Amino acid sequence: MAVEERDNHTGYLTTGHEWNGIKELNTPVPRAVYFFLTIAVAFSIGYWILMPAWPLGVTYTRGLLGIDQRNVVAQSLKEAAADRNVWTAKIQSESYAALLADPKMMAIVREVGRPLFGDNCAACHGRDATGGPGFPNLTTTSFLWGGKPDDIFNTIRVGINSAHKDTHVSQMPAFGRDAMLPRGDVLKAATYVYSLSNPGAKNLDPATVAAGKKIFADNCVACHGDNAKGNPELGAPDLTDRFWIYGGSLDAIDTSVWGGRQGHMPSWEGRLSELDRKILTLYLLDKRTQTP
Amino acid sequence: MSIFGFHYQLERKAIGLVLGIVLVSSIGGLVEIAPLFTIHQTVEDAKDMRLYTPLELAGRNIYIREGCYACHSQMIRTLRDEVDRYGPYSLAVESKYDHPMLWGSKRTGPDLARIGEKYSDQWQVAHLINPRDVVPVSIMPAYDWLLSTDLRTDDLSAHLKAQRAVGVPYTDEMIANAALDAYGQANPDSPRAEGVTKRYGKATTVRPFDGLPGRLTEMDAMVAYLQVLGRLTDAARKPVAQAGAVQ
Ligand code: HEC
Ligand code: HEC
Ligand code: HEC
Repeated sequence: MAVEERDNHTGYLTTGHEWNGIKELNTPVPRAVYFFLTIAVAFSIGYWILMPAWPLGVTYTRGLLGIDQRNVVAQSLKEAAADRNVWTAKIQSESYAALLADPKMMAIVREVGRPLFGDNCAACHGRDATGGPGFPNLTTTSFLWGGKPDDIFNTIRVGINSAHKDTHVSQMPAFGRDAMLPRGDVLKAATYVYSLSNPGAKNLDPATVAAGKKIFADNCVACHGDNAKGNPELGAPDLTDRFWIYGGSLDAIDTSVWGGRQGHMPSWEGRLSELDRKILTLYLLDKRTQTP
Repeated sequence: MSIFGFHYQLERKAIGLVLGIVLVSSIGGLVEIAPLFTIHQTVEDAKDMRLYTPLELAGRNIYIREGCYACHSQMIRTLRDEVDRYGPYSLAVESKYDHPMLWGSKRTGPDLARIGEKYSDQWQVAHLINPRDVVPVSIMPAYDWLLSTDLRTDDLSAHLKAQRAVGVPYTDEMIANAALDAYGQANPDSPRAEGVTKRYGKATTVRPFDGLPGRLTEMDAMVAYLQVLGRLTDAARKPVAQAGAVQ
């Protein structure tokens, strides 16, 4: 600024720049801006002292409050667990029978179990646990691996054909594809199986059903049992009821016997806590009582 | 105002002013980003950290190609509700070999950072062919062509090389065998399968991911990638367990 020049009209200094007779005013920065700037600077100095802020080569200033988001989340999880302890302790310590008979606890199980089931199980077993093609309905009394509370808890823990070391192994052989039975025999066995859950079906040839029964006795009873009622030791399903994993039409049954079936359910031991798994077991037991 | 005195001087020197602007606008980056490269805590140590196999890397490329990141994040934040729903929060080391990273910020669908082995291969395949077959209310698009399209493997070595150029420690042997390893990982009964676990570690999953052994499809790559998400290292499971947080 070579010359100090004051604009007569406003009383401000000019910058000394002039364009075609128009002079640029040197309007001072409003006081309010300084005010807020000062507050912001003071705040940041406080923040630098209290919170993690400045890099120092291989480390950084931790701040006097010692706040770390990872501890914050660990703490809030701990607090949440403590809050829930009122009822989680009871779920952990009491027996299934006692819990199932306690309407207050079951109301909690229903409330907490629903999102737990929704986040982890619904993708396969459906939102209402009623299953879908390839994924069993969990609301029935027809269980593959046993329907006692401990059985269900254990199934959830180890999974089926999963990577867990104690996994349930479910192997329905591929009788057709692996040439264990000729094509015609597969269809006969399937027809017999179909007749079990459709006793009134008229379009079935009695001779085929009888032949199928013989083939079934020779090949299938070891797993599915003499009456085709299934075997919870092997995860072999009851073939006489109306619940099917892969479909109960003659076609679907034929496909099961021809190509075999190896359902896969992951193990939940590593992903869900023991408490969560017990809640889910109770949730399923409860669902079962609601299904006719 | 005297504090503007220096500024008046600077304004009169064009180059000086430009340099001044560059200097001031880089302060943010210099203070907030640059030091992260020297601070030890930025990226945690994880000795068990594995590399993506060629098949998983191919799946990752398909994930990018199909724009899955537009609806799915891969970043569990340090917030209670996220940890409750998805599992342990994400660590920086878990994306150590992600070039580019796929953290994302939009969640039309759920976060996928811990989806690995949560569902079976059969479910993943059925879901990608048509999400509504398994989740009736799903709004996710169908990707059925993945199953009918053969995976391109001739460029896998080049992809590994490119990753090595940005710091992923692929060995010459891995690069030379990339195409064969991709085939081997999806065909456990083939003689190629052994080399995959030898080169990439025992924890590598070797399975016919798409259920069609003998064929290598884009579905194999996609599912192999989804099944490894969150499973390259166990580091994330440790701090949470220590804090006694899971319950
Ligand atoms: C990836 C899909 C998938 C997910 C996710 C899944 N399951 Fe399963 N589940 C299956 C399949 C498939 C079977 C039947 C396996 C078979 O066919 O042998 C099964 C079977 C079961 C059984 C045994 C049923 C019986 O009749 O004995 C129980 C209990 C069960 N699941 C509970 C759960 C719970 C609880 C969850 C959530 C924590 C869950 N499942 C999540 C796929 C899944
Ligand atoms: C080695 C034991 C074993 C033998 C032998 C066996 N099964 Fe099975 N079967 C199973 C198991 C286990 C399942 C459940 C598979 C699954 O869902 O994972 C099953 C499932 C089925 C299903 C599907 C049920 C559904 O709910 O969709 C049918 C149908 C069936 N078996 C029929 C037969 C017939 C017919 C034979 C004889 C030709 C036979 N099985 C022999 C173990 C066996
Ligand atoms: C338009 C948005 C959208 C796009 C694009 C999309 N998804 Fe999804 N995705 C969803 C929604 C919504 C869900 C939840 C409903 C469901 O399970 O289908 C979902 C669910 C999923 C799940 C199951 C997550 C869980 O925890 O249950 C997986 C795995 C998945 N998507 C993978 C993919 C892959 C791989 C791609 C790319 C090939 C993709 N998605 C593209 C919206 C999308």
